Amino acid sequence: MLKIDNLFANVGDKEIIKGLSLEVKPGEVHAIMGPNGSGKSTLGHVLAGRPGYEATAGSVTFQGQDLLALESEVRARLGIFLAFQYPVEIPGVSNMEFLKASVDAVREHRGEEPLDTVNFVKRAREACKTVDLDQEFLKRGVNEGFSGGEKKRNELIQMMLLQPQLAIMDETDSGLDIDALQVVASAVNAMRSPERSFILVTHYQRLLDYIEPDFVHVLAGGRIVKSGGKDLALELEEKGYAWLEGAA
Amino acid sequence: MTDFMQQVVDETVAPVWLQDWQQQGRSFWQSAALPNRKTEAWRFTSVDALKQAFSSPSADFGSGVVPELPDLGGVRLVFVNGQYRPELSSKALPEGVTLVRFVDANENQAALIREKLGTAVKHEQHLFAALNAAALEDGLFLQVADNVSVKAPIQLVWSVTAQDRAFAVMQRLLVHMAANSNATLVEHFAGDPAETAVFSNGITELFLDAGAQLQHHRLHLEQGAAIHIGGVHARLSQDSNLESFHLAVGSELKRIDIVVDHQGQGAYCNLNGIYLVSNKDHVDYHTCLEHSVPQCTSSETFRGIVGDQASAVFNGRIHIHPHAQKTRAELRNNNLLTSNRAVINTKPELEIYADDVQCAHGATVAQLDPTILHYMRTRGISRAEAEVMMSYGFINELIRGLRCEPLREYLEPLLAQRLTPNSKLTRHIP
Repeated sequence: MLKIDNLFANVGDKEIIKGLSLEVKPGEVHAIMGPNGSGKSTLGHVLAGRPGYEATAGSVTFQGQDLLALESEVRARLGIFLAFQYPVEIPGVSNMEFLKASVDAVREHRGEEPLDTVNFVKRAREACKTVDLDQEFLKRGVNEGFSGGEKKRNELIQMMLLQPQLAIMDETDSGLDIDALQVVASAVNAMRSPERSFILVTHYQRLLDYIEPDFVHVLAGGRIVKSGGKDLALELEEKGYAWLEGAA
Repeated sequence: MTDFMQQVVDETVAPVWLQDWQQQGRSFWQSAALPNRKTEAWRFTSVDALKQAFSSPSADFGSGVVPELPDLGGVRLVFVNGQYRPELSSKALPEGVTLVRFVDANENQAALIREKLGTAVKHEQHLFAALNAAALEDGLFLQVADNVSVKAPIQLVWSVTAQDRAFAVMQRLLVHMAANSNATLVEHFAGDPAETAVFSNGITELFLDAGAQLQHHRLHLEQGAAIHIGGVHARLSQDSNLESFHLAVGSELKRIDIVVDHQGQGAYCNLNGIYLVSNKDHVDYHTCLEHSVPQCTSSETFRGIVGDQASAVFNGRIHIHPHAQKTRAELRNNNLLTSNRAVINTKPELEIYADDVQCAHGATVAQLDPTILHYMRTRGISRAEAEVMMSYGFINELIRGLRCEPLREYLEPLLAQRLTPNSKLTRHIP
């Protein structure tokens, strides 16, 4: 589904990703861990096409297409979803209108008819229920005045409505209390399927108690320095990252 | 003054009981000089567009086509190029409401009009108010009696349509809200995209007696070569409440002066406005909140979106007089520039002569936030649609704040359409 081959990427003038390779197959859940500044969030932004995050060498193919050549919105329509670490507030644009615009754009790309309003509202409300967010949030401006936890839940609502092929969760667990963490985990687990893949970027092993990954990778100095199964996360929890950073 | 607008002034005759007042206006207009770029209040707005031959509208101009008007559910009067159009109007007035044309005023009504007309804005205070008086043929007087509450909005439409020659038309509205009365008023200046200049000069005076409440809306939707120079001048008595909403879309030249004088303790004014300016159009709002007595409150927000090679001016003045202690006043002006050739000149001006007041002001000029734009695109929304949604979001707060629901429903699609004629890009706007 996703193949990253020897990727180098800059943020502004600074090289952050330095020769990263990773393959994600359908249905797999990959966790990416690593110390601060290792390039975890940068990887997510490069995959989502954020301006100023520029791939300088290597390649990324998504379902056989050269991902880096595509505009951000086209990547989203093909099924890539990035849950932001810091979701953005959009003043004056209601959550409902935003979600509808998003879902309509993706459906249109797939050649599907736009959802009628009744059907759409029903789905949006169900998504709210799943992540335990009051439906009133659908009427408010996107993330406007939302708490950190509410913003993260709102990201999940978007993911549930868009039904992506590949979801990249950028520290969706950070700043969440244990109840919210379980809500996030059950929403992700409910979406796991043999066709859908996840990349979980996280600092803490804690999340992986609830979402069991197929692979765990350690990112340090802009590339993957160690890969393993879910037990690697436990080992990291115990030993920290220092013993691996030499390898970077 | 040169002979500028002379033909228009010469050709018009006000009702007999107004002619001395009209004569004063003429004297003032003819002795004054047109503002130029050295006149402080006109630094960024040129009146050169007025330096062409304007005539008065002839009677047959009144048959011009009127753009589609919203049904706000209340009484409506429609004027086309200065001519009253009864067949487009409905005059079923609620009890306690007087709405009369100056030309139809009886003796009592004429006396009431004469008592107030030109006192909220005197000839010498505003050159174009003097011109309005000098060339006035007819006006409207609205009075809501003591303790009368009018539910349905009162809608006054002044439509202009381009003709084969440039012409000028004066609109005058005098509103008297008696003690503890309550009403909603919509002044709607409409027009087709004109290619030949039409100069409108609309002057509105609002008098709110003690405890009166007025929701006033002034829509400037004239387009193309239309020119409008006019304004709203309000006087607020004790504990009265004015909610004032302004909207202007771009045309050749629009200059609107809004002056609200808090003259009675406990008076409150909420003044909001939106301007959407594109092409090479120009819109200028000059507002002034006068606080003459203690314990009044004013809150003002204007938001503008300026694109293409258009320009806009916002000048917001708050003037707190020496005895106006415990005044609370705030002023915000936010601007969005959507092209690198668009221009905005914004200036908040505070003059405070009392020492126990709460006052805040701020002005911003920005472009669409690239972080938000990217976020929307990562959700599959095209750049073009995201830009339109963000632009609409920028003014949406003020639209959502409109309590008059039928007006809001009329404005929402109209404003969306002003941002882009491409309906595919506006389909996710309310």
